[in-house]
Amino acid sequence: MAKEVSPGVLALRKVVDDVYADAREAKKQGKLVGWSSSKFPCELAEAFDLNVMYPENQAAGIAAQRDGEIMCQAAEDLGFDNDICGYARISLAYAAGKRAARKVDLETGEFVIDPNSGKPLKDENGNVVIDEATGKPKKDPKTMKPFIVLDDIHEIEALPEGREKELRLNAIQPYKQMRIPQPDFVLCCNNICNCMTKWYENIARMCNIPLIMIDVPYNNTVEVNDDYVKYIRSQFDNAIKDLEKLTGKKFDEKKFDDACKHANRTAQNWLKVCDYLQYKPAPMSGFDLFNHMADVVTARGKSAAADAFELLSQDLEKNIKEGTSTLPFPEQYRVMFEGIPCWPKLPNLFKPLKANGVNVTAVVYAPAFGFVYNNYDEMVKAYCKAPNSVCIEQGVDWREGICRDNKVDGVLVHYNRSCKPWSGYMAEMQRRFTRDLGVPCAGFDGDQADPRNFNEAQYETRVQGLVEAMQANKK
Amino acid sequence: MSIYTMGIDVGSTASKCVILKDGAEIVGKSLVAVGTGTSGPQRAIEGVLADAQMTREQMDFVLATGYGRNSLDGLADMQMSELSCHARGAAFLFPQVRTVIDIGGQDVKVIEIEDGQMRNFVMNDKCAAGTGRFLDVMARVLEVNTRDLGDLGDRSTREIGISSTCTVFAESEVISQLAMGTDKCDIIAGIHRSVASRVVGLCHRVGVRDQVVMTGGVAQNHGIVRALQDQLQHDIYTSPLTQYNGALGAALFAFQKASK
Repeated sequence: MAKEVSPGVLALRKVVDDVYADAREAKKQGKLVGWSSSKFPCELAEAFDLNVMYPENQAAGIAAQRDGEIMCQAAEDLGFDNDICGYARISLAYAAGKRAARKVDLETGEFVIDPNSGKPLKDENGNVVIDEATGKPKKDPKTMKPFIVLDDIHEIEALPEGREKELRLNAIQPYKQMRIPQPDFVLCCNNICNCMTKWYENIARMCNIPLIMIDVPYNNTVEVNDDYVKYIRSQFDNAIKDLEKLTGKKFDEKKFDDACKHANRTAQNWLKVCDYLQYKPAPMSGFDLFNHMADVVTARGKSAAADAFELLSQDLEKNIKEGTSTLPFPEQYRVMFEGIPCWPKLPNLFKPLKANGVNVTAVVYAPAFGFVYNNYDEMVKAYCKAPNSVCIEQGVDWREGICRDNKVDGVLVHYNRSCKPWSGYMAEMQRRFTRDLGVPCAGFDGDQADPRNFNEAQYETRVQGLVEAMQANKK
Repeated sequence: MSIYTMGIDVGSTASKCVILKDGAEIVGKSLVAVGTGTSGPQRAIEGVLADAQMTREQMDFVLATGYGRNSLDGLADMQMSELSCHARGAAFLFPQVRTVIDIGGQDVKVIEIEDGQMRNFVMNDKCAAGTGRFLDVMARVLEVNTRDLGDLGDRSTREIGISSTCTVFAESEVISQLAMGTDKCDIIAGIHRSVASRVVGLCHRVGVRDQVVMTGGVAQNHGIVRALQDQLQHDIYTSPLTQYNGALGAALFAFQKASK
């Protein structure tokens, strides 16, 4: 039986689906569509009614749909190094027009099925059906999938109208992240990561479109100093001027104020949802927060996102009253999962956690995206604080705070090959977690988007080791 | 009546078994030089039973560990990570142990121990540099046996630097050194220092506390042990049972389970 999905989760999914659908529709109508880094002040774009897509969220989706490798490879074929962030590689390949597509036979119009795909066919008693000719299990035709190949949207669009063009367009992977419109402008704020600057500059050059850049300096103090605020505020003002020029519209203060209200309400409700993980046992699987991040990124400044998180918090409140949880197993251990998940390997990440009764009850995204402000300067300060732009003291404080509040027994650290800044300070953080919180930490190698950098057997051993260390620590 | 327990350590390059009587006395052991995915585990089990002159049915509890611990369909009663098993095995052989360094076929672990139990650990990243596999690759290029590396390295008279970043890069460095006519013994000593420097980095992340015990097959290479001692500035203890340490730990955990 399919898992029952709560009204809050359905609402959150719809919010993101609508953002993507609205952008596609806008493009059809000839309106501008932009691409934005995840922590660019969305309030500015909202003030101009702009449709914006988020390449980080898109890349995570593409990776989770198992097309990360073909897209990363495509970027490498364009000359981008394998060491560059996997999200950036996927996004750059997409910006260059590369698309993961189902292999189609142009004569018959049928997809070419990969004989190695699919699950074993089972009879009515649940037994695997063996193919007498080969002695191997038969494949369930319903689960078999076409080969995935790389296509090029520019090449397809250059074709004359006709069957081939239609078939190839239709063959592009049908999920929303592989079908976002090409950008007309890019909004880049390097608070989330320094890699953004070159990534977005590349997109702007490739697509010959304007780049609106907000540079947030690294904060080597916990408090944001006033000079930084002045510097960034002046860039916000410039971005507004650039957007006025780009759209031909005047900055709408009312719309901006509304977007700020929505962004604050989204942040408050997001934090409320995250705080339910303080309950023991938790009313939800904390791993779900990674999926809900899509709403925080793509729709923070929209009332629909704030409403959907409100609805989810009501679902969780109900779970607490009824003593239920979305966690599909009894919670024996609680950990902080540090870093971005390996999106292409989510089931593999979850499997040993489930087998050992480990719930993720803390993620750094809770404090990092749960920011609330009361005025323009506070808004500027809030945008100064992202995981890779804050000093180690602030980073440790965020994490240790949430570890204490959410009562974790251990920390699982993803040493993310895609993210050098994040992994760069993690060794010291790990030392501090062990010293300050007295809990064991285990690190594993992986990647947020490129499946070639993850080894399941190594991960399983580290998780089992962490569980055994947590067990010893509890005694 | 006595309790007999078996520990099976299915590694990436070797399969090891130990049978313990009452969690105290080793009554059988076996080692087959192939690991998971081969006939090694099955042969190691048959070997240890023959060595102890016992049958599987006489075992009160069988616990599997190592990379291939989950591949023994129905042969083991339970699986545990090699981290805990190495910690337990080392604490049995050296009751004062606080730090365990285990260099296996494809991974390196440094384990912090308190009161005989694992408290924390770090492991190598995906790269094979600093592992047993690294030494195998180098031995092949040098046309020597892996087991002879320790003695050959002793004869070194000159310090040669070999990269510790990557097995493939290190291999090409070794080939260049050979092409330049550098003495094999000097290259081998350089390889030992290279492995040691990689492992030392992990040790510092956990924190090194005496006694430091080295386990796993690579601990038989005294060149590596000495290079590690030099770089860590701590004495390192090894046991003749070093290769069986994981299996011994597994048999000890099995005894704990059987005694409950």
